[in-house]
Order: sequence, then structure tokens, then C-alpha cells
Amino acid sequence: MGKKVAGSGPCSRIPDNSAFKQQRLPAWSPSLTAETVLPFFYIIGLVCVLLGVALFLTVQKIQEIQVDYTTSGTCDACFEMRSNKMSASVKCRCSVDFSLKENFQEDVFLYYGLVNFHQNLRRYMDSRDDGQLVGRTTNLKNPSTYCEPFAYNNGTPIAPCGAIANSMFNDSFTLKYLPPTGGVVIVPFYRTGIAWYTDKNVKFRNPQIENELLPQVFQGTAQPFYWQKPVYELDPSDPNNNGFINEDFIVWMREAAFPSFKKLYGILNRQSKAIFEHGLPAGNYSVTISYNFPAQYFQGKKLVVLSTVSWFGGKNIFLPIAYIVTGGVILVVAVVLTVVYIKIGKKGLNMEE
Amino acid sequence: MLAVPDYPLGQHTLGQNSTKFPYCIYLQFHLYHDSSLLFCLFQDNHIKTSKYNIFTFLPINLFEQFQRVANAYFLFLLILQLIPQVSSLSWFTTIVPLALVLTITAVKDATDDYVKDMEGVQIISHCECFWSQGIIAVLVFGLPQADLLLLSSSEPYGLSYVETAELDGETNLKVRQALTVTSELGADIHKLAEFDGEVVCEPPNNKLDRFTGTLLWKDGKFPLDNGKLLLRGCVLRNTEWCFGMVIFAGLETKLMQNCGRTTFKRTSIDRLMNTLVLWIFGFLMCMGIILAIGNSVWEKSVGGNFRKLYLPWDEVLSDAFFSGFLTFWSYIIILNTVVPISLYVSVEVIRLGHSYFINWDRRMYQAQRDTPAEARTTTLNEELGQVEYIFSDKTGTLTQNIMVFSKCSINGKIYDSADAPRRLIPKKTPCVDFSFNPLRDRRFRFHDHSLLEAMKLDETAVREFFRLLALCHTVMPEEKMEGELVYQAQSPDEGALVTAARNFGFVFRARTPETITVYELGKAVTYQLLAILDFNNVRKRMSVIVRNPQGRARLYCKGADTILFDRLEPASEELLCTTSEHLNVRFAGEGLRTLALAYRDLDEDFFQGWMQRLREACSLVEKREDLLASLYEEMEREMTLLGATAIEDKLEQGVAETIACLTLASIKIWVLTGDKMETAINIAYSCNMLRDDMNELLEQGKEEDPNCLPSGPDCCVVLSLQAHALEADLEGLLLDTACLCRTVICCRVTPLQKAQVVELVKRRRRAVTLAIGDGANDVSMIKTAHIGVGISGQEGMQAVLASDYSFAQFRHLQRLLLVHGRWSYFRMCNFLCYFFYKNFAFTLVHFWFGFFCGFSAQTVYDQWFITLFNIVYTSLPVLAMGLFDQDVNEKNSIRFPKLYEPGQLNLLFNKRQFFLCSLQGAYTSFTLFFIPYGALYHGVRDDGANVTDQQSFAVTIATSLFVILICFQIGLDTNYWTAINHFYIWGSLAVYFSILFAMHSNGIFGIFPSQFPFIGTARSSLSQPVVWLVILLTTVVCVAPVLVVRFLRADLYPTQTDKVKCVTSGVCEACPNG
Repeated sequence: MGKKVAGSGPCSRIPDNSAFKQQRLPAWSPSLTAETVLPFFYIIGLVCVLLGVALFLTVQKIQEIQVDYTTSGTCDACFEMRSNKMSASVKCRCSVDFSLKENFQEDVFLYYGLVNFHQNLRRYMDSRDDGQLVGRTTNLKNPSTYCEPFAYNNGTPIAPCGAIANSMFNDSFTLKYLPPTGGVVIVPFYRTGIAWYTDKNVKFRNPQIENELLPQVFQGTAQPFYWQKPVYELDPSDPNNNGFINEDFIVWMREAAFPSFKKLYGILNRQSKAIFEHGLPAGNYSVTISYNFPAQYFQGKKLVVLSTVSWFGGKNIFLPIAYIVTGGVILVVAVVLTVVYIKIGKKGLNMEE
Repeated sequence: MLAVPDYPLGQHTLGQNSTKFPYCIYLQFHLYHDSSLLFCLFQDNHIKTSKYNIFTFLPINLFEQFQRVANAYFLFLLILQLIPQVSSLSWFTTIVPLALVLTITAVKDATDDYVKDMEGVQIISHCECFWSQGIIAVLVFGLPQADLLLLSSSEPYGLSYVETAELDGETNLKVRQALTVTSELGADIHKLAEFDGEVVCEPPNNKLDRFTGTLLWKDGKFPLDNGKLLLRGCVLRNTEWCFGMVIFAGLETKLMQNCGRTTFKRTSIDRLMNTLVLWIFGFLMCMGIILAIGNSVWEKSVGGNFRKLYLPWDEVLSDAFFSGFLTFWSYIIILNTVVPISLYVSVEVIRLGHSYFINWDRRMYQAQRDTPAEARTTTLNEELGQVEYIFSDKTGTLTQNIMVFSKCSINGKIYDSADAPRRLIPKKTPCVDFSFNPLRDRRFRFHDHSLLEAMKLDETAVREFFRLLALCHTVMPEEKMEGELVYQAQSPDEGALVTAARNFGFVFRARTPETITVYELGKAVTYQLLAILDFNNVRKRMSVIVRNPQGRARLYCKGADTILFDRLEPASEELLCTTSEHLNVRFAGEGLRTLALAYRDLDEDFFQGWMQRLREACSLVEKREDLLASLYEEMEREMTLLGATAIEDKLEQGVAETIACLTLASIKIWVLTGDKMETAINIAYSCNMLRDDMNELLEQGKEEDPNCLPSGPDCCVVLSLQAHALEADLEGLLLDTACLCRTVICCRVTPLQKAQVVELVKRRRRAVTLAIGDGANDVSMIKTAHIGVGISGQEGMQAVLASDYSFAQFRHLQRLLLVHGRWSYFRMCNFLCYFFYKNFAFTLVHFWFGFFCGFSAQTVYDQWFITLFNIVYTSLPVLAMGLFDQDVNEKNSIRFPKLYEPGQLNLLFNKRQFFLCSLQGAYTSFTLFFIPYGALYHGVRDDGANVTDQQSFAVTIATSLFVILICFQIGLDTNYWTAINHFYIWGSLAVYFSILFAMHSNGIFGIFPSQFPFIGTARSSLSQPVVWLVILLTTVVCVAPVLVVRFLRADLYPTQTDKVKCVTSGVCEACPNG
């Protein structure tokens, strides 16, 4: 119904005179003028360069060492052994020596790394049952079809089911400090606190059945094919770190985005020994590996990584360099734009037909 | 109104709904052949403009919708997604949007169709009484709804008058006369009921001016021709009632035969979009093939070994080639978001919005007729911004079809009513007060007081002038009440002249075959009418010979000046010079229709002799015409010039300005009219389409000699089309000639030819055409042109019913094209560019990721992000841009018509623009993938835990993409930030983060753990400084180049828009276009 306007009846079909209908809403019409664009470029360029430099300086302070232990040290024997499926259950231990050139300050993190291991394959990533992992008892005995062919072992449901769980990394490490004075000090690591809070407390839960202990709850399920022990015995040292909430398991279950990745294994326990109070001292170290995980099938490598972190993460040189380069390019472009604007730009606008 | 007694109905149960028409009489009757009888009996006469009914709606509509390449393609994708080995995305990512699209479009189509249908019904049912399923019709002062054979009428001799402006654009009244035998039937219902004649005639055809047939009745054979036919679409005038017999009904009527077919109109952008969808599909195939090959190779070299241990497939699937084949389809599914379904919904929504803006525009509302503009089709808006050719009807569109006596030159003196529309009307000059004259026509206006004074001063020339006007014509007076004269003129020009004479005191009051009575300043004077030397196109003049009460015979003659000036007595030489100067200097070029007036005192002997010879000549059978012509020639000589009149064919308001403005916008305007060439030329002059300095080229359409074609841009062409001018071998020539010229006017075109001309331009020039008209004769061209515009608020509604847009006056066209059309085009193009960019940026990330995930068709994003990205997250800001954006405001759009040109040249969205958008999208996706890749590859959280997992990566990329698209790219593309834009943009940002956190929350995971595996990812990753550093860097790297390019383009190669913006914002001093 049209608004009543002088000269038109109430039934007039005249459209409303509202700003919206007449497309006259008050509006802000910005335009790209030199006054706004050029200062913006200078500011952004400067910000990027400064940020890049700051990041660069931070990264410089981070110490990191990577030790490839696939076949190095005494591990080539183990590597050969794991190539052979027949000897899959035979234990194999080996060690690799390395040295730290300087002290690793503050918190030191121990990672294991895998190269060329595709945790990001579609079928692989789908092959899990989050219902089972969050402790639903129905899913425990009836794993999702996504888990195939790792859902049942001769009719017995597998817990945890699926390809990811099945392929869980199962090497373990013992780091030994070899002080110049002689002797061997085992470096203590926290093996918990390495998973995300939400994973540990929400996403992964053990199935709960009243008055039943963990092994009883998992009664009637089979362990994954490649595992050497059931899920409720993953951490013999800490009964609360067993079942689906085992942190090594949780870390593994958070699939890496790229085929080469590292995952957190432990955090240096600085309290237990005075020598490690300020981190790892420089010197010789040896890492002993319980070598279980076969790498030759995927032509991969296995690494041990020791690293400190800063406020924005690990030793990541890409970000600071990228910032500095971007900032630099923007500054150069800003100068060019200024020149263009002063020399030619104004002329261009005045060229009228 | 004819009082028809309540006739017992249902005696002949011809139609089941006969009770709907109580005034109609049904009679048993034979038509020319039996099948046609059946046809007539059951043909619903209602013009069918609707496409569907309840039962056919779903299948037809779905069929139409799936004809769209895109919809069919999405259906195909949906089927793919249901195959488990291939499905890389859940089926809901496709079906939810697809169902949404189909429903919205179907509802819209249904409403459109319903509205059209209802309008059709209204038009039909408001007639008092019309032809129905019966065979004989009664007409009560209105529009015949079928082609009728006139049987009898209220007028003597079975005459009836019709106006055929709707059909052929001619405005003069035409006489139709019934056969004498049938006119005797009169209004006698019983006799009519017994009428059982049979008509044998030609089959239905589209020739409006021809009909041949025979009536067989009472053992007699009576020839029938066009003069006995009342065609559907004509308007009955001066005839109270008439009876007719239906010859053709429904689709067989000549009108409907001329209507052309209703076709589904598509815009060029629509067609381009379909092509682009095909291209993109090809592009998808290429990417799919590349990735599939990659997958095969990867499976062979790396994956096979990896999988042997960790992911044993079924036996079949482990073949590398087959795996590649499946991967191909999986990638087709993932990458399909390059053309999301929501594109089509959004386009529809934007068009609908633009249509509403047209409906709501107060400046396209016409107060007198209470008619707002109406977008009757909602799918063509952006094409309004690309029009290159306008085909306009003349009568009722450019002109009001009102003739006004505006100037005259009497005895060498000019009297000029300043009522000319293109001049400033001097407000101080009031209208001449005719109140002394009780018989005046109150609507008549004249502004020059000196003429009345001259009249009162008893100047002989002035009195003779008006006496001539009152005597020399063929007008019929009608005086229903004392003093209320109504003139029935065969041509409106004559009416205007006689009315002028009437107001100045020479009131033509009565006519018998022998006398004419004129009230000369109150006194009744009766002249004896001795002879009428009637008008024809060769003579271009008419004369009457009258004897005044004093007994003197005098010839009064009016006619074209060129003809008349050769037939004056030598004594008039001086007057002739003055008058012809007036005609050529003062009257010409304003498009006024001029006539010169002269008289001759007749010598009694000469006259008697001449009269004798005339009588003899009339009785001749052979060579009568020639003899009469020479007799007339002999009489119309040695005349004394009185002066000249100028009649203005009143233009619709603002026509000349509108045409000028549209011409500045490089739109070519062709006038197509069924009217005479002279009239058309006059009008063209008065709308400034023709000027004196133009080379006029008259084409009769007969002998077209390519050698005498004119050249140079400053010529105009007036085409009088004959049927064969549009034949295949000539049409090229015709078009080339016409396009060389600045102005093209086609006269004497039938409705179907109008359509053919439009079709010709459409086909050969590949230009966007717009046809505008008001009558039934324009329906065919309105339907043929890309865009059809109907003038509404007048009698006939057929043009409006067939049109895509309708408004009350021609001048609204300017606003429709330059403001709404331009905005629509600009918005749509901007929208499409952004949309394609957005989806390329969004989708191609998967392509890059393919190289890192063993080409396994793993998605980068969360499935929910993919589902919601186009329908929830990013739809509203871009919709707001598509609906409300304005690069230049309405005032400047009209002030600088040049701004319209990019649309005609198709500059804002074409294949090149699309390519650039896609390239920009690809660039964005590249940085979007590789910067986070580089930065996070070795990244860890500040507490040492991992941040390189797939889920964190997904959130990082999704958020960067979102920030780039929503905060920056749309910001750069939006020129006009209304509150709604702000609301949608910041609202989308808020919605994105709230949905993100909600979907990653503990609660929803607790309910559906398998559907929402991203629990906690948003919290964990977005709390990390490194993630935000990555987002910032990605944004800067993506946006900075765009900013540089835009700045440089605006700076170095400013478009018209940039210039106008710059000038209006006051930054620049330059003035575009002078």
C-alpha cells in the first residue's frame, strides 16, 4: 500500500518513498585514492619487515637437532630385521650417538619424526571410529565400517579399530647424557602432557562399565594386528595413561597434514635432576631405541628431534624470511607506485575526450 | 448499452460454462469447415500466456530446470557421491544446496506464471461482454475478442467505425460496413437467432489488411472482404452495438497469428554462464585427469608399498590404474565447488531484488494513470544494461495520439500558441479565454491572444481562414445534448482543425449530404454543399465547393503546401513568400504537420459547366479516376492563399529528451510503425531524430540498388517496407544500409514484419535489442526482442501482457536503462567476478594438497566448512553487494550517459574477465596453501605440542580464506557500503567464528562424535600466535597485488566510471565529456 501523498488517494499504487526502496540508503563510498593506498602500503610494508626481523631474531635463539636413526648407529641390523615380516615380533634395540654443540635452554622437547609416511591419505584418515574412541560401549564391540579391513579380527571386534590405530608408531626412546666426566645419566622425560587438552579430556575416553577394570572392559575385543600389546597395557608405568587415553596413542591419532612430520614424544623433566634444571647441557648423548616400527616399506626415514620452543613455536625459519621478503617487496612497490602517481598518474586522469 | 433480454440459456449446450456469459446468445451455425467448428466450440478464447497447470507443473518445471547445464551436472555429481568407493565428500554437501536451488526456482517460476495468468484473466473479464464459446457474438461498445464478420450495427446501413491503432498503429477511424442483406437483421434477436449463413473463406493467416470469403445465405452468394470484418484487437468507436459472426477465434485470429511465439528469454550473461560452466567442467576434467595420473604414478612408486603394510585395499582396488580412475571421480566431486549451485540461486535472488527495485522506483511511477513501473520478468535485468538497439512503436509510445492545433499563419502573420512542449511555457501567458463561445470545446488551449483579437476585429482573412476550417473537412458532428458537440473525425488532424475553428467562433454544427451548418460567431449559417473533391495520397489536398446564403459559390481547399503553392493566382505571390518562409523557418523542423489553406471564388458559368462534366464523369465506368483527377485539377487553380496551419502530434512527455539522452549512451533507436511515411517523418522531426541537416533517404523497399546507397554517419533512412524487403537476399543489404545511418524509421510495417526486423538485427548484429510498444501490433516484436517493454495504463493490455517490463511513459525508458539497467549489469558482473574468484580460491587448494596427500582426494577443509561455505558463510555479503552496490549514483548515471557503454561492449564480465578472475583465484589458492604449508611444516605450538596435524591446517587455511574473502576482497569490490553491507560482512565474520567454535565444541561432539571430529581444533589452533601470523601473511600476500593492480588501473587507465567518481568526489577538476 502506497504512502499517502498529496494528490493521491489511499489506494494509490505509488511506491513507498523509503530510502531502501528508492536505493538511497546512506552509504559510505570509499575509493582507492593515492592518499589512502600509498600510506597503507608503506605502513604494511614496514609492519611486515619489522615483524619479520623480530621473528628472525626469535628463531635464532631456538635450538634444534635432528637425528636420523633409520639405519644409522647400530640400527641397521634392526632395520634389516624389520624388513622381514617373519621376525616382526622379535625385539630389537639399538642406539645412536650424537652431541649437542651448545646448551638447550629451558624446556626441551623430544619428538619422533617420520618422513614419507602418508597419514593424510583419504582412506587412511577415514579409517577410525570416533564413537569407539570416545568410549561408547556400543561402538566398542561394533566398530564402524570405515575401519575395514581393520574392524574385526576373525569376528572379534578390534579396539581401537582402523588403519591409523593399527599403524601406530611403536618405537620407544631412552636418551642418555654422557657427561665429559664419564658415566651415563638417563635424561628423564615426562611422557604425559604431550597431547592437546581437548583430545585428552574430551575426544578420547575409555569405555566405562561400572565396577569393571580396564582389561575387563576391553574383554571381547582384539588388539590391532600390528600391536604387540593390548590397548589397556600401553603404558605399564602409569595406569592412568592406558586405554584410549594413552597420550602416545592420542598424539598418533591426530593425523599429520603432510607426509613428513614430527610428533611429540616427551618433555624434559627439569625437576628430577639438577643437571637438567636449565635444559640440556651441551655434550655427548646417546639415544637407545626399541626399534619396532618398520620404515623400509614406504621408503621412509625415522628421526629423533630435540628442540626448544619460542612463543610462536619451533625452529621455523620460513615465516620470518617470508615476512621480511613480503615487507621488502611491498616497500619497493610502494615507492614505485608513488613515483608512478606523481609522474604519470595525475596526467592520466586529466586525459579527457 | 444494448439491452439484451435474458435469453433462455442452455438450449444449445455448447459450452459447459456458458452461464458465465449471460449476455451471449448461442446459435446453431456452420462455419467454413467442420474441424474449425469444433475448434470454435471448444477453444478457450482466453489468451494463454501461462505455461503450466497444476499437473504439468512439476515435470515441466523440473525438465526446464535440468535443461540448465549446471543443474544437470549437480544431479550427476550427487549420483557420483552415492558410490562409496568414489565418494570423497558426504552426499549432504551437494543435496542440501541442490534441493534448495530447485525449490526456490520452482516457487519463483510458479509465482511468475500464476501472476501472468491472473492478469490475463482480469483483462478478459473486465469487458462487458465478449465472444465466448458461442458462435455469434454481441459486442457492446468494446473490443471484439475474435475476428468477426459484421452482421448488423446500430448505425445506418450497417456501418460501424473502428480504430485499429492496436493492430497497425494507424490512428484514423476506419469504416466497416455490413452486407446489406445482413444489416437488415438489425437488433432483432429472433431474426438473428435464425441466421444460418455459411462462410467459406481462406484459412487463418496473419495478413491484417486482406480477407476473402463468401457468405452463403438464403440461396445467395455474397462476397466478403476486409471491409466487413471486425478484427480482434480493434476498438469499436461511435457505434453503440453490433452483431457479428465469429470467423476466427482464439489462436486463429489475425492478431494472434501476428503475435509470434512465446519463447523463453535468456540473457547473454546467462548464456555466457552456461558456456563458462562447460569450460569449467572441461577444466575440472583436466585437473581430474592430472590428479588421476598422479595417483596412478604415486600408487605404483610409493603408495603401493606403503599401503601393503598400512592400508590393504580390496584386491580390485589395488590396481594402480583402477585406483587412478576412481581418484578421477573423487576429485571431480571435491573440485565441483568451482561452480557451486548457490551461484544460480544467488543470481536469481539478485535479479529478483533488482526487479523489486524497478517496481519500487517512484521516478518511474506515473501519477495521472496511477501506474508504477513493473518488472514482469525477473530474469532479464542485467541485459537492460547492455541494450544497443531500441525498436520503438510510434503511436501511443512516442506520441500521445492527440493532435493539437498549435500555430497558424494567416495572411502573412504568425499566431503561435506557445504550447510547444519543448519550449519553456511562458507561465505569464494565460490561455485564451473562449468563454464568450457557449459551444466551445473546453479542452482546447491556445496561448496567443492576438488571434482572438484579430478575429474580433473582423479581419476578413482571419474569418475566412476559420470558415474554411469549419467547412472543408469530412468530420461528422454528434450532438447528444444541446450544445455538447462531439466530432467524429476520420483523422485526428481534421478533428483538431475543426475544433480550433469551433473555439474561435466558427462552430461546425450539422451536416447533411447537401448542406453544412456553421454557427459563425453565434449566428447559424447554412452552406449548400455542392461538391467534395476528396483527399488522396497523390493529390495531397482536399476541397469543398459551397454556396453561401448569399448565393456565391466558393471553393475552399486545404492541402500540402508544396502542392497548393503551385496552384495559386499570381496576385498571391507576396503572401506566398511570407507564408512559405513561415512554413519553412518557423514551423518546419519542429515536426509539425502543416497544411496550406486557400480559396477560390467561382464564376457561376464556369462552375455550372464544370459541375455538368463532373456528373458525366461520375457516371463513367472506364477511366473514371483519371477523368475525375483532371477535373479536380482544373477546378483547383488560381486560388487565393489564406494561410497555413500547423498541427502538433503531441509527443509523450519527455520523449525528445529521452531519445537524445539514449542516443548519447550510444543506443540506436529505430522507429517501427505501421503508419504512413509522412506521419512517421513528422514525428521523427519532432523528437529530434531527424534534423534538417541530415541526408534523408527514402527507401520504398522495391528497387534497392546497392550503388546508390548513402554513406556517412549523418544520414537517416526511412524505410517503407514491402513484404519482400525482408527476404534473405535483401535483408543483409537492408541491414547494412540501415546501420550506416543515424536514424532509422520503418513505416508501413505489419506486426510480423516488426518482429522480423528485430530478429534481423538480433541475428546479424548480435546486439542486445529492446522493443517498446503499447498496442497489440507490437506484441510480436516485444516477444522477439531480447527485452520487451510495454506501455501500460492505456486501453489495450496485450503489449503489457507480452512484455518483460512495463511502465506508463516512454521517458521512463531512460531511467530503466541508464539507472536500473546499468546498475543491474554492473552489480551482476561484479557479483559474478567475485563469485568465480571466490570459488576458485576456495577449491583449488584441494588441487595443491593433492600433491602432498598421494592424490588420494583428501579434502583440505572440514566437510562442514565445505557444505556451509557457499550457502551460509559467504553468500550474504556478496548478495548485499550484488543487490545494493552503486559505482555511480543515479543522478550521475543519467548525467553521464557514456557510462552506459561498458555494458554494450560487454566489458565488465566476459571470457577475459572470467579468465582473470580464475587466475586471481588460482593465485589466492596457491598462497593460501603454500604459505601455511611452509610456515607450519615444522611448526609446533608454544607448548611444544603439534600444530601440523591435518585439522589445525584445515582451520588455518579456512580462516585465512575467510578473512581474505570476507574482510578484504569483498571490501575492495564494494563501492557503496550501506548499513546492510556492514551488517552482512561483519555478521558473516561473526557467524563464521561462532559456527566454527560451535562445531568444534565438546557438546556437539558428545552427541555426534563421528560427524564432528574437529573437536577442540578451533580452540587449540586459533589460540596460537603462529596461526595468526600465518593468516596475516597470507592475507597480505593475497590482497596486496590486487590493490596494486586496482590502484594502477584507476590511476593510469581510468574508466569513465573512475573519472565520474573522481570528479563528483571533488578530487579531480577535470570534467568528463566537456
